[in-house]
This record gives sequence, structure tokens and C-alpha cells, in this order.
Amino acid sequence: MNEYTVIGAAAALLVTMGLALLRAILGPTVHDRILAANVFGTKTVLFLALLAFATDRLDLLDLAIAYSLLNFVGTLALLSFFPRGYNRAESPGHESDQSSS
Amino acid sequence: MIMEILTAAAIGIGALFVLMGVIGLFRFPDFFTRIHAAGVTDTAGAGLFILGLALHSGLTVATLKLLFILFFSFFTSPTGTYAVANSAVRFGLQPWIRPGKGGADG
Repeated sequence: MNEYTVIGAAAALLVTMGLALLRAILGPTVHDRILAANVFGTKTVLFLALLAFATDRLDLLDLAIAYSLLNFVGTLALLSFFPRGYNRAESPGHESDQSSS
Repeated sequence: MIMEILTAAAIGIGALFVLMGVIGLFRFPDFFTRIHAAGVTDTAGAGLFILGLALHSGLTVATLKLLFILFFSFFTSPTGTYAVANSAVRFGLQPWIRPGKGGADG
């Protein structure tokens, strides 16, 4: 692979991951941080795929597959800390005469 | 030669989309609009990037693995995005409305 392609793509991906981390630090709400962590995970998968072809070690592609699964499960696991159970009485546009949780 | 150009173009444009998406993460005013930026990162950016890498590697097992990554992220990225947005709505986050607009007239 052309070395300028590798360097350019790697630089763009690293800047992206750094900015995603910055959003994870700054983000005013918790969900901003969860979203930024998810973006960081997907960029890690792309970076691993690029490394696999740049260093000619195609085993890193298996790592990328495994990490994409881990990233997905990890994002869903973070969301389990929020209360589940849809309270329809408090949803917008739904008048409440009795509440259910 | 032409495959090299195509590969470099696909990877380059994919990396540009990723960068634009993460800049959008900073420019958008609200959480629900930032989901759009993250979605651009994950579909256009990752798609072009992985297609460029698959073009480079030709017809090998590595291409199958790359296409599996793309196929998997095709299903998990919208699901994860929907789960985060749904959790935010249940949590009570209100969408940002431009001051002056909004409501039944805006």
C-alpha cells in the first residue's frame, strides 16, 4: 500500500480518536460520553484494519472483528445503568391519569 | 496502477468523512444532533474505508473478514445508536430548539 495513504489515513484516524476522547471528557450529558466512547470504538476497529494492511500482519483483522463485537456489547452494557421501564404517563403528548413504571 | 489509485481515493475519502463526522461532534449544539454526526462517521467513513482496504487486498480471506466487519457494523451501528437515543429520551433529555423557532408555528 502506498505509504502516503497509510500515513494520511492513520493521522486522520488518530486525530478523530483524540477528538472523540475530547468530546467524552467535555460532553455535558452522560449520553454524549457514551456516544463518544462508541465512536472511539468504531475508529479503533478501522485503525486496526489499517494496521493489519500496513504492517502486513493480517491477524489483526481478527482482532478488529472481535473488538467490533466488544464495542457493541460494551455500549449496550453502559446503557443498562440507566433506569429501564418506559413510563408512558410522562412521555410527551400523553396525558397522565395513572402512572405505570 | 488503477487499483492503487482507487484504493488511495477510497481510503482517503473515507478518512475525510471520518474527520468531518467527528468535527460535527463538536459543532452540533445538542446530543440528538450529534448522533447524526456519529452516524456519518460510521456509515460513509467506515464504509469507504473498508471498501478501499478490500479493493487493496483483492479476492482473499482478508476481504471476507473486512466485509464481515462492514456487514456486522451495518446491523450494530443503528441498533447501538437507537439504544443510546432511546435511553436519552427515557432519561428526559430535551432536544435543542433554535431560539425563536419551534412550537406549532415555527
